[in-house]
Amino acid sequence: MVEGTGAIRRTAAATLSGHRLTIAVLATGLLALMLAAALVGAYPISPVELLAAVGRRLAGAAPVGQIDTVLFEVRLPRVAAAVLGGAALAGAGAAYQTLFRNPLVSPDILGVSTGAGLGAVLGIFLSLPVFGIQLIAFATGLATVALVYAVASVVHGRDPILVLVLAGVVVGSLAGAAISLLKIMADPYDQLPAIVFWLLGSFSAIRRSEVWATLPMVLVGLLPLLLLRWRINVLSLGDEEAKALGVEAGRLRLVVIAAATLMTAGVVAIAGVIGWVGLVIPHIARMAVGPSFDRLLPTSMLLGGSYLLLVDTLARTMARIEVPIGILTAILGAPFFLWLLMRGREGWS
Amino acid sequence: MRKLLALLLLLAPLAAHARIVVDSAGRKVEVPDRIEKAFAAGPPASILLYMLAPEKMTGWPDPPRAEERPFIAEKYRDLPALGRLTGRGGTANLEVVLKAAPDLILDFGSVRDTYASLADNVQAQTKIPYLLIDGRFEATPKALRLLGEVLGAGERAERQAAYVEATFAEIDAVLAAVATEKRPRVYLARGPDGLETGVVGSINTEIIERAGGRNVADAAGQKGLVRASMEQVIAADPEIILTWDRNFFGKVYDDPLWAGIQAVREKRVYLAPTAPFGWIDRPPSLNRVIGLKWLAGLFYPDRIKQDLRETTQSFYRLFYHVEPSDTELDTLIAWSKGQAPSAAQQPRR
Repeated sequence: MVEGTGAIRRTAAATLSGHRLTIAVLATGLLALMLAAALVGAYPISPVELLAAVGRRLAGAAPVGQIDTVLFEVRLPRVAAAVLGGAALAGAGAAYQTLFRNPLVSPDILGVSTGAGLGAVLGIFLSLPVFGIQLIAFATGLATVALVYAVASVVHGRDPILVLVLAGVVVGSLAGAAISLLKIMADPYDQLPAIVFWLLGSFSAIRRSEVWATLPMVLVGLLPLLLLRWRINVLSLGDEEAKALGVEAGRLRLVVIAAATLMTAGVVAIAGVIGWVGLVIPHIARMAVGPSFDRLLPTSMLLGGSYLLLVDTLARTMARIEVPIGILTAILGAPFFLWLLMRGREGWS
Repeated sequence: MRKLLALLLLLAPLAAHARIVVDSAGRKVEVPDRIEKAFAAGPPASILLYMLAPEKMTGWPDPPRAEERPFIAEKYRDLPALGRLTGRGGTANLEVVLKAAPDLILDFGSVRDTYASLADNVQAQTKIPYLLIDGRFEATPKALRLLGEVLGAGERAERQAAYVEATFAEIDAVLAAVATEKRPRVYLARGPDGLETGVVGSINTEIIERAGGRNVADAAGQKGLVRASMEQVIAADPEIILTWDRNFFGKVYDDPLWAGIQAVREKRVYLAPTAPFGWIDRPPSLNRVIGLKWLAGLFYPDRIKQDLRETTQSFYRLFYHVEPSDTELDTLIAWSKGQAPSAAQQPRR
């Protein structure tokens, strides 16, 4: 096993420096984008003022006017949240696509977003405060995937992946029906708009504490994906082949699902349902660095972070009002995906 | 001649029992002379109907909540909940409408083509006359008189219309001396995070302009409810913030993100009561008239002097047919000063 991975590493060594370069370029691009995003917004802050504010912050000096609040409490947390969200969704998407050996799956495939949506809608329906809504959304997102997994694991004698996906579809549409029921029961002038906006997804209300609360979820989810990246690669060959190589598919699958779900649920809880990122970005990453998961994961995350940051910056600057980010990601993602379909199936395993 | 007389005699009962009413959408509707029962198509219409002729209601669209019940006359609190026929989240069943056997269906609000064609369809299907009445704030006296006449409640309609006109006139007299740019800049904070709002020109915020404020959410051309970002609110720096969301109101003064905004610094965030119906919206119907008086007093404390307790009492008496007790009045007044009853969702039914 150890020798096997060593061999894979050696054969990959030739292209490794090229991939390192790709990742370095992407990381630099992300940083540049973050800097640019920090400079634009509804509240006018010039680069000089930005530097001055950062200087004040570092020196521990008293804030001047609203600039410090806008910068450190509103804009930078939002930039961070968009990057974190994009990275987490794209990373989870890459994990799922490798796991399911299917390029058409997204992090929502096992119902985490719909489940979290149901929780959030319930929270709004019960007039809970924001934190309560987020907590219940996070919990129901995890619970939905746990339910899907439990349902799938009592079914024997069929392709386990097919069963998982079907269970995800069934439980997901059940949660969707429950959302619709709550929408009908909700106050149409008060709660219903809040529900609609939540389901469209947005980073507009992000605050620093929420970024700090989500970061550990994403990191805890990311850790097993990073540690197990070689095994996950083997998984993409199929259960039988994986078994022949000494990888126990069932248990590894559980770990990957749990990790990707945690990452997704953490993001969805604070930002609402944001589609397409986890579906489309891993494809672009695969075009750049190939299907090997050890390269796919970091590339997807960097690309996802840049992409969602770009889209969110558009969402908050292109019009005088906010455009819900879920709408933008769909408008940008859907045509790309169609193009991808027309291009035909690419090699991904 | 005799034949003609016979014909006239034959037609006479028809003429005596029906008349043609032109509704706000310009539709000519044949309406019986005596209306015993009327069905309100949505919450705004049900409030208009309750104000003019509660004894003719077939039911409420949604059952009143516990905290709202004391402010609805005892005889009508327990009317059945029949659902909503139009607008957001229609839940009524045409068979329910037919079973209630109203002489008239009534909708109050938008008179756009969609609603006119919906009215035509329902009317053709149920054979029950369907009136569409313009729900814009400015058209309120006209709506009252039109419907008062149709329902045979002309005298009450006249008293209520006169009250509304006097309120408008009182505010206009004050506003005549205040240039537009001197009027307070107001932000309507909806939703538990306060970042949902209505832009200039939407029915949800027209009360702001009517009461002499300027809505800071101005998105050229666009109407309706939108999500704002924290940065936009900070950049707009409103002098006054209005809300009826108790979760938002409960934390706005302790929230560092909102702390620097003028309205928060100057303690000018106001919580609107919502019993039996919202004072400033929720739904956008005649319930806003009391809010209009309240807001004008808040916007121009030096120019408009009023005894809110007395105003509330006379409004609830004339429009809601209740005589609130001293404790009930205390509840409302305290609520309008920020001490709301428990923030938890009150169960319907």
